[in-house]
Parts: sequence; structure tokens; C-alpha cells
Amino acid sequence: MSEMPAERTVDRSHMQVSDEIAIQITHMNKWYGTFHVLRDINLTVHRGERIVIAGPSGSGKSTLIRCINRLEEHQSGEIIVDGTELSSDLKNIDKIRSEVGMVFQHFNLFPHLTILENCTLAPIWVRKVPRKQATETAMHFLEKVKIPEQANKYPGQLSGGQQQRVAIARSLCMMPRIMLFDEPTSALDPEMIKEVLDTMVELAEEGMTMLCVTHEMGFARQVANRVIFMDQGQIVEQNEPEAFFNNPQHERTKLFLSQILGH
Amino acid sequence: MTETHFVRTQMIEEQEPPGATTGAVGWMRENLFSSPLNAILSLLSLAFIYWLLAQALPWLISPTWQANSLTECREIIAEAGYGGACWGLIRERFLQFIFGFYPPHLYWRVVLDFALLAVALAPILFTGLPRKMLYFSAVYPFLMPWLLWGGTIWTPVMAAVGFVIGYLAQRFLKPVVGDLAATILAFVLPVVWWIFLAGPVPNAFASILPLAIETVESRAFGGYMLSITIGVVAIALSLPIGILLALGRQSDLLIVRSLSVGFIEFIRGVPLITLLFVASTLLNIFMPPGTDFDIILRVIIMVTLFASAYMAEVIRGGLAALPRGQYEAADALGLDFWMAQRLIIMPQALKISIPGIVSTFIGVFKDTTLVSIIGLLDPLGLSRAILADSNWNGIVWEIYGFIAVMFFIFCFSMSRYSMYLERKLRTEHR
Ligand SMILES: Nc1ncnc2c1ncn2[C@@H]1O[C@H](COP(=O)(O)OP(=O)(O)O)[C@@H](O)[C@H]1O
Ligand SMILES: [Mg+2]
Repeated sequence: MSEMPAERTVDRSHMQVSDEIAIQITHMNKWYGTFHVLRDINLTVHRGERIVIAGPSGSGKSTLIRCINRLEEHQSGEIIVDGTELSSDLKNIDKIRSEVGMVFQHFNLFPHLTILENCTLAPIWVRKVPRKQATETAMHFLEKVKIPEQANKYPGQLSGGQQQRVAIARSLCMMPRIMLFDEPTSALDPEMIKEVLDTMVELAEEGMTMLCVTHEMGFARQVANRVIFMDQGQIVEQNEPEAFFNNPQHERTKLFLSQILGH
Repeated sequence: MTETHFVRTQMIEEQEPPGATTGAVGWMRENLFSSPLNAILSLLSLAFIYWLLAQALPWLISPTWQANSLTECREIIAEAGYGGACWGLIRERFLQFIFGFYPPHLYWRVVLDFALLAVALAPILFTGLPRKMLYFSAVYPFLMPWLLWGGTIWTPVMAAVGFVIGYLAQRFLKPVVGDLAATILAFVLPVVWWIFLAGPVPNAFASILPLAIETVESRAFGGYMLSITIGVVAIALSLPIGILLALGRQSDLLIVRSLSVGFIEFIRGVPLITLLFVASTLLNIFMPPGTDFDIILRVIIMVTLFASAYMAEVIRGGLAALPRGQYEAADALGLDFWMAQRLIIMPQALKISIPGIVSTFIGVFKDTTLVSIIGLLDPLGLSRAILADSNWNGIVWEIYGFIAVMFFIFCFSMSRYSMYLERKLRTEHR
């Protein structure tokens, strides 16, 4: 695993955690057919928290964060996002989805639209922002992820790292209050991982509430205030990064850490 | 042992390609004479093309345009000492081939109609044109039948009102009754309007403000004008209906899905000619006596349904080729179902399906010739009457050649357009 290169000092001045609760999950269960994929998940995320979710492949990390914006439906328990409970009421779902940004492993940019159109589409159609203003916002965020000059290209013309940064900008254009990341760097070549992580660190410095499924332990050390370890559909351990890495409690966690951190 | 250097110490400048790989000679060498076998094949092909032209050209270049019968043709050819085809027939029947039995003093309406068709299609086919032209494209479907069949202006206006009702239902009932109910009402209300009110209401308006042009009976329709009318309407309607059917087939709602699958499989399992026979004979039996359901309208409905079922399957192929991530990204951004379909899914699925869609279009257009079997006088139907004409008895090649060339022009244009579109929409640069 690549460590965060060049231990950059992270500005933690804005990274305070408030008492306000952003996400509250209680006794949540989910099945795929008869397969019990998430088992009695309980998790509270405060506004401004940065949580890294780790765990072996197939442990249900993606499923968990996909439940938070209801790309997957849970069958029992409760998920409350920004004070709204996730139920089958369509209005709630659309509201929550426009408040919660999501970044995927494979970017999922819209290949038939330019970078700029990718970023302005949802603000214009969902938020009903005037085109001119949406364009300005999009350019602002494209500058933030450091690719404003690519605005009129198509996703297929960009490198993987650039595409992932566009995907982050696209989410930010909706002005989300919570960002979900599902292994945002796993599909990238090593030299591109840094540029994406830098973008994510900046986002954390500005106080964004973030849930990241990632195996980038350097990133976890730098910005996370909690690391959650999942195994077989359960949260088996959670702790502050230093304690989590230096003093893992659970056998599975120890094994996992020894595997991904090497010797 | 000598030392070998693997490292280049000096960079190499860009160099000219070796001679004779560019230019006409280079092209021929590469494409026609790259190997002995290729060279032999090229020479054989050239010989064959020469032979074909040597046979066909003298027949085609024939000074018989002014002839009034086959015997006159023969005399002219004997006198001139060259030629073979008897073109007088095409000259004499040309207008009939185009307009059928449409009243000659109203030909201008057909010409205007197809000229306006070109105007309406232009902004859809070529995005470089002003977007304002699309308003005309939206009006044209109501203008077209009115110009062709004539009658009161209120009928097309009332038909258009049905769509306005559907739009208003979708727009303003959504906050009141919810998404799904509004969508269903947006389909049901216009249908109710058309079935029950679109008949009496225009009559009422017509008695107040009689705006009408001379009526032309469907019986008078024929020739290419009939083929184009059926073909264009069926093509234009089969795309949206096909999209809805393809979406229906993927729907989570069991009833919608079963109906779509049932419809598609039934229509695809039945030959078009059977459907046309149903349209021409059986449908009248089911209609209440006295209703006069226009034969061309019936045929158009059948051809449209037939084309829609095929279209649905072509589009389903395009939908299946899209990665799940596209749906998820659209969902995650908060786009609702119709927005996601319209902005994300369909543009990509349709782009993938362009070759299949255009093949279906071409197939539909050529299938319009089947209407000759149920007695409509499309070019093929006309050709039978002409073959029976004693003046021209014995002429076959000229007629069918002419019909074939006209169809070829339309179909080839569609095929070329599809290639242009594919090139234009290519956004990935691999
Ligand atoms: N759509 C699905 N249908 C059935 N099983 C699934 C589906 N998606 C994921 N799974 C299963 O659920 C488990 C958890 O998957 P996932 O949340 O993707 O794990 P992770 O992201 O931690 O690797 C895996 O065993 C996977 O095979
Ligand atoms: Mg995963």
C-alpha cells in the first residue's frame, strides 16, 4: 500500500467535530436474498467527522455506504440522514440524494457529456440553478480540483486521476453536506493516487463530513478522526487512527493490518 | 568481445516515410497490388466491372423518352441503331409514381408537405441549425395529415390539445397525486380526450369558424407519396414507442413488464403481412357498424406497432450495454427516473443502438411495399396496373429498376446519415 507521500502538514483548524448529528444508523440489517450482508449496524456520524471504513473484501463496506444514500435498500433498522429518515418515500430519497455526494471506485462520469456538462447537469436539473450560475460554480470546483483547463474535454480524454477529481468536483457542485467515497483510489495507477488523495485532504480541511471506504492508511492517519473496521457484515472495531493502528484489539483487525501495512 | 551499447546517445529526428507509400501510386500498391493474389483479384474485378458497364450502359442510354408505347420504343431504337430500355413509360407514368391518384390541382399540397417535412427534420438531424426551428418540428406532425387529407383545421388542433392535456397532467398533477399517478394520468387523460371528445368538439368549432381546405380521400393516395407517408409516420412514432416498450420491459412493475414483453413477443412472432390483413379486413368486423376507420390510418398503426416492437429490442440491446455505474451516478446525484433516462441513459443507449435503429428504419421503409398486397397503390401496387396496360405490355426491367432506384436513394441516404451521426457522436478517443 502506498503511504501518503511527503507527510504534508494538515491544517486541522476547520476540522472540528460539532455535536450535531449528520448520520444516525441504528440496528440496521440488510440481506441480499438470504445472504445476511449487514448485521445490526449501529453508527453515529457527527457533522464534520471524517470516518475511514476499512475491512477485507466482501465485508460489506460498499453496501453500508450505499445504504446511506439508498442506492441499496435496508430491510430493518433505521437510517437518519440530516434529520430525515430513509424510508420508501420517494421525496425523502431524492432530497437526501441531493444532500449526500458520492464518489465511486470507477468514477462513473457521463461519457457523452463534457467535463463541464458533467458538473452542471445535476445542479441545473435537480436544483434548478440557472445555467450561468451552475457554470460558475462548476468552474470554481474544477479549479479547486486543479483541472479547469479540461472543462470542455470529454471524460474519455482524461487520465484516471483526472477523471476521479472531476467526479469529486461533480459531487461538490451539488453543495452536499456529506460526502461518501467508495474506494476512490483503488482503480488508479500509483502515481495518480496522490493527486486524488490531496483533493480529499483539502476537502477534509474545510470541514466536510466524510465517510471513506479506503485502504490508504496514510490518508486515514492524516485526516480521519475515527477508523471503522468491518468484517462479515459487522462493525468489529472502531477507534481513533493512532490507537487503531498501534493497538488493534480484534484478531481480525491485527491480521488485516499486518497484511495491508506489510512488514 | 565487443561492447554493445543499448543506450541511444543521440535522439533521432523525425524522418520521411519510405517513398511510394503515399500518393496515388502508393495507395494502389497498398490496396490493389499488395501481393500476387491481390493483384490477380484486382484485375479480375476490373474486368468484371468493365463487362457489366459494357452490357448495361448501351441499354440505359436509350433515346426512348418520348415514346408513347412499346412499339414506338422499338421503332426508335431500330432507327437510332442503339439503346434498349423503353423510358417512355417512366415519363408517362412519372407523376402517377409520385402522387398516385391525388388530384393534380392539389399536387402542390403534397410537394409543400414534403418540403416542410425537410424543414421539420433538419434541426433534428443536424444540431448546427437554430434550435428555434424545433418549434416548427413540434407543430409539423399536426400540419402534415391536414395538408395531405385536407378537411377542417380543428381536427389537428384538437389532436394537439390531447398532448397539451398530457403535458399539463404530468406537470401540475405531480405535486398533488405523486409521481407514478401523474405519469399514468398523463397517458390516460389524452386517450380519453381523443376517443370521446376529439370527434364532436372540432365539429362544434368548425360550425363556428369554418377553416377548411378541400378534402382528399385516402383512395386517391398512391405512389411514393404513400410510401413516404406510411414510412415517415411509422419511423417517427416507432422510436418513442420503442423506447417506452424497452423501458417497460425493464420495469420493476410486474404489470408494465408483462404487458411490454407480451406485446413485443406477440408482434415479433407475427409476419407484418398478417398484421396488414388484419388491418384491411378483420379490424372492420370489430368496429361498430358505420364507423369509417381510414384504411391508411389502419395500415400506419399496424406498421408502427410492428416497427416499435423491433425498435424496442434494438434499444434494449443499447440499454444492456450501459454499465450499472451510469444509473448509480445518476441516482446518487438526485436525478429522478425520467430525468436520468432522458439526460444520461437514453443518449448513450440510443447512440450505441444507432446502427440497429437505422437498419430498422430502412426495413420499415422497404416493408411499406407490402401494402400493395392489400390493394393500396404504392409504387409496387401501381406497377401491376401498368404492366397490364396493353401499350406497355412486356416491360419489366424499366419499372422495377425505377422503383428500386427510388427506394435505394432513400435507404442509402438513411444509411449515410447514420454513419455521419456515429462519427459526430464519438466522444471517446482511444
Ligand atoms: N447486488 C448484490 N447481490 C448479491 N450479493 C451482493 C450484491 N452486492 C454485493 N453482494 C455481496 O455482499 C457482500 C458485501 O459486498 P460489498 O459491500 O461490495 O463488500 P466490500 O465493499 O466490503 O468489498 C459480498 O459478499 C458480495 O458478494
Ligand atoms: Mg467495495
